[in-house]
Amino acid sequence: MSPTLPTPRAAASIWRPPQLTTRWWPVFLRNLLVWRKLAIPSLIGNIAEPLIWLVAFGYGMGALVGQVEVGGTRVPYILFLASGSICMSAMNAASFEALYSAFSRMHIQKTWDGIMNAPVGLDDIVLAEMLWAAFKAIFTVTAILIVMLVLNISTSPKLFVAWFVLAGAGVTFSCIALIFNALAKGYDFFTYYFTLFMTPMMFLSGVFFPLEQLPSAVRAVAAWLPLSNAVALVRPLFMDRWPAQWGLHAAVLLVYALAAFWVALALTRRRFRA
Amino acid sequence: MPEPTPLFQARHLRKRYGETTVVDDLSFAIAPGECLGVIGPNGAGKTTTIRMCLGLTAPDEGTIEAMGGLSMPRDARAIKAQLGVVSQFDTLDPDFTCAENLIVYARYFGMRRSDIAPRVPQLLEFAALSHKADAKPGELSGGMRRRLSLARALVNDPKLLMLDEPTTGLDPQARHLMWERLQVLLQQGKSILLTTHFMDEAERLCSRLLVLDHGRKIAEGRPRDLIAEHLEPDVVEVYGDTGNRGHDAKALAQLPLKQFARRVEVSGETVFFYTDEARALLDALSQQAGLRTFHRPANLEDLFLKLTGRQIRQDG
Repeated sequence: MSPTLPTPRAAASIWRPPQLTTRWWPVFLRNLLVWRKLAIPSLIGNIAEPLIWLVAFGYGMGALVGQVEVGGTRVPYILFLASGSICMSAMNAASFEALYSAFSRMHIQKTWDGIMNAPVGLDDIVLAEMLWAAFKAIFTVTAILIVMLVLNISTSPKLFVAWFVLAGAGVTFSCIALIFNALAKGYDFFTYYFTLFMTPMMFLSGVFFPLEQLPSAVRAVAAWLPLSNAVALVRPLFMDRWPAQWGLHAAVLLVYALAAFWVALALTRRRFRA
Repeated sequence: MPEPTPLFQARHLRKRYGETTVVDDLSFAIAPGECLGVIGPNGAGKTTTIRMCLGLTAPDEGTIEAMGGLSMPRDARAIKAQLGVVSQFDTLDPDFTCAENLIVYARYFGMRRSDIAPRVPQLLEFAALSHKADAKPGELSGGMRRRLSLARALVNDPKLLMLDEPTTGLDPQARHLMWERLQVLLQQGKSILLTTHFMDEAERLCSRLLVLDHGRKIAEGRPRDLIAEHLEPDVVEVYGDTGNRGHDAKALAQLPLKQFARRVEVSGETVFFYTDEARALLDALSQQAGLRTFHRPANLEDLFLKLTGRQIRQDG
């Protein structure tokens, strides 16, 4: 054995800080170019479902429920539901893209492997996928907001601020979903994420009914869910008010996003043994 | 003649996955303009070696230097900017046409569309895919997809190409076309690191070979030199015929035929005589009726089997 043999080096930790560069952009652009070819059918798919919920529940249930009290003010049920369901749409759009579509690119098509043979690191790819899924959420949310304006559900000038909040929520949910992408062995795995995490959260975040209806123990948990924090920010903006405790809610979403991105990156590095 | 400064140099690489050492104290260098072939059975460590060379996985021990003072994985981006890679499995973008695949890939190197667009027709022509510019990879044959992968690896005009089994699964026509293109690249002065399971491919393209087994380098040199060093010049294959009594392979491998060979191997019903006295051996064999024989010079495949054995490996 050679006397010059170097000593074993410690493997770089998967928890090392992200090494991000501007090379995320060509990866994002790649996804954008593929999507552009399918944008119109994808747009219809993305906004049809939330609008069916809104029309069926908003007008159907709305007729039974009438008005709902939010922070001491009574609002039409359709406004209550619209402001909650748009947060849910941001969550769904980001999650679908960061789970099924990202998994296809990562695992089925091996697109990521091809990209990593060029001077683009895994960290940049994960960032690009995160921003891409968030972009899909922003796109969906924008389309739904336009429809809601046309339907005259809310005309609050603060919808402009709500748009930024929804964009941020898109980032948070795509970061969370990428954790499950990194762990998945196949598409079946995502069913757990949807049925065990997203569906309960949908009912515990004040999308369909006020949280005040729930037992206090459940409410204590619900208060820390990312979706309920997004709803707590967006709903008052739909009512042309500034949200109470906006700093707290925004901080919760931000902490979820940062922590989830870090975990997703570490698990993805482990997956690629990089 | 002094050795030119290597374009790429790996020293004492070692990589373990759990308890298994997949690459063990491996050193090699690639000189400018050289084609270095890496051969070895499945699981010998070829793909792991390439992954380390690309900075996709860090070696547990050892160093990789490239392109004049750059070091992997620290300078992975700067090194990869000068590399072209064709991986074992195609990673082409199924949603883009051939031309779009090249343009999108060039962007990963920081190139603009205007930098690459004028070169796209040339690259497609080089890959014999001009007529398929607007076809998607799903519409291409296996050989066309491999050539598109090669064209894609050339978008950045790399100095060094790393090709992991570039012709596996191709028919002879497609394989020969790929070889022809690789020869052209070598003539243009590019360097190539090539892994392959095809010994005729290694012999044809590679100026130097590295034979790996169980993660270790077990031989290194020019193909002809390796054959001369390790093997007898001639091989006579004799196909036994168990139907005709008396001619089973094991019996043939015994005296008196054995005296004409330096080495005899039996594999199933075939006997391989490695010999310096082919004429005398063939004369002796002709005395036995009903035997089929095949006389040929020793080749790289014989060398490979001698060094790594005939038993089937994992995934084999």
